[in-house]
Amino acid sequence: MRRSSGDKLRDALGLGGFSFDNARRNQVLALKGHMIPKARKTGTTIVGVIYEGGVVLGADTRATEGDTVADKNCEKIHYIADNIWCCGAGTSADTESTTALISSQLELHRMSTGKQPRVVTACTMLKRMLFRYQGHVSAALVLGGVDCTGPSLYTVYPHGSTDSLPYVTMGSGSLAAMAVFESEYKSKMTLEEAKALVHAAIMAGINNDLGSGGSVDMMVINKDGNTPLRNYDRPNLRKFRQDYIFPRGTATILSEKFTPLSSLVTIETETSAMQVS
Amino acid sequence: MQYNGAAVIAMAGKDCIAIASDRRYGLRNQTIGCEMQKTFQINDTTFVGLTGLMSDAQTLEQKFRFRTNMYRLREERDMSPRVFSNMVSSLLYEKRFGPYFCEPVIAGLENGKPYLCGMDLLGAQVYTDDFILAGDCTEAMYGLCESMYRPDLEPDELFELVSQCLLSGVDRDCLAGWGCTVHVLTPQGVTTRHLKGRMD
Repeated sequence: MRRSSGDKLRDALGLGGFSFDNARRNQVLALKGHMIPKARKTGTTIVGVIYEGGVVLGADTRATEGDTVADKNCEKIHYIADNIWCCGAGTSADTESTTALISSQLELHRMSTGKQPRVVTACTMLKRMLFRYQGHVSAALVLGGVDCTGPSLYTVYPHGSTDSLPYVTMGSGSLAAMAVFESEYKSKMTLEEAKALVHAAIMAGINNDLGSGGSVDMMVINKDGNTPLRNYDRPNLRKFRQDYIFPRGTATILSEKFTPLSSLVTIETETSAMQVS
Repeated sequence: MQYNGAAVIAMAGKDCIAIASDRRYGLRNQTIGCEMQKTFQINDTTFVGLTGLMSDAQTLEQKFRFRTNMYRLREERDMSPRVFSNMVSSLLYEKRFGPYFCEPVIAGLENGKPYLCGMDLLGAQVYTDDFILAGDCTEAMYGLCESMYRPDLEPDELFELVSQCLLSGVDRDCLAGWGCTVHVLTPQGVTTRHLKGRMD
């Protein structure tokens, strides 16, 4: 089949990129009615807002696998550059890998130009990558940062279209968060006002959208640098718990073996003096 | 993936970790064997547990061994758990559009402190400081782990906790069970225990 020979060519040339080795096999397995495991998604509320002199990004911290909460406190605000950060919604493998890839390309760009990267550069790189994959790389992003042109804020959709707006929301909780923004946003806000607004928007997502939950993460970026506010608010910590200890010997052990770490083992071999006669 | 069936659980204690799995190998409802290895020691400080389609799990285990061995030859040191999990993640994401049906759990000691990382089949990493689960009875185990877990357990206490969470979880899963293997990794070494479980 042509696909597999393409993969061999890709390997031989050391090109990198996606491999489609298992694609046909998986198609056959799916046709035979096997349950294909689900990828982890971030049913998400992510937002961004421009204030006087900078950008505030916000995100919830829930990752889901179907209806199960896979991670109660994940990080959705990804590093692109010191002055550019990116919130991700969609398939979590796609958001993490896409932002990491663009981050590394942008760092190479920074080294070759010797200038601080611009947000619009990151935005263009992201949209080109996502457009190339025609929406199959399902990453919905909120990209924010500060550069020599001042603060800027973009949304990047999985198919590669972008928006540039003073306040944006993304993910399954975007409607709840946008309702807050639409009623309370005003231009030329102070940092404290912007933080309060982002907090309210994320809380609206956490409380009203089933796919969002956990804590509120924030990132403030202005010309002085970035201030991560990881777990800015944790409204959903466990309140009650009772410790229970299983007494030793509860489980029936059939066999037990202790292996010391290989670094702690010294191998002694018998050495005898060389015979000289 | 409910074809072979598996349950893997990893937990962090005080300067130690435990990783445990069931031992059933089956094809749907038919049990083939009950000595299946689903947790693998990568080096002195890293373990990986593999659930999902067992043929993919074994293929991946071989790829991991190849890459960790090449790394050791090149760098003259072992991969730390963090490096290992990033390697696994990129290996899985390369197959984004034709994935291996396998959800790895990585547990180890990073500079003497517990390191836990779970992944979906596309390589999206989840880091926790308490416990990570994978397999097809995670629903049954999540509740148990959430209520029973305490931070900073000693190796022996951690062993009992992991064992009870796993045994109770697989008792509510037709596709997993038939005994368990539990590894407890401390800075001194690895204690491997096989547990008696329900054989039905």
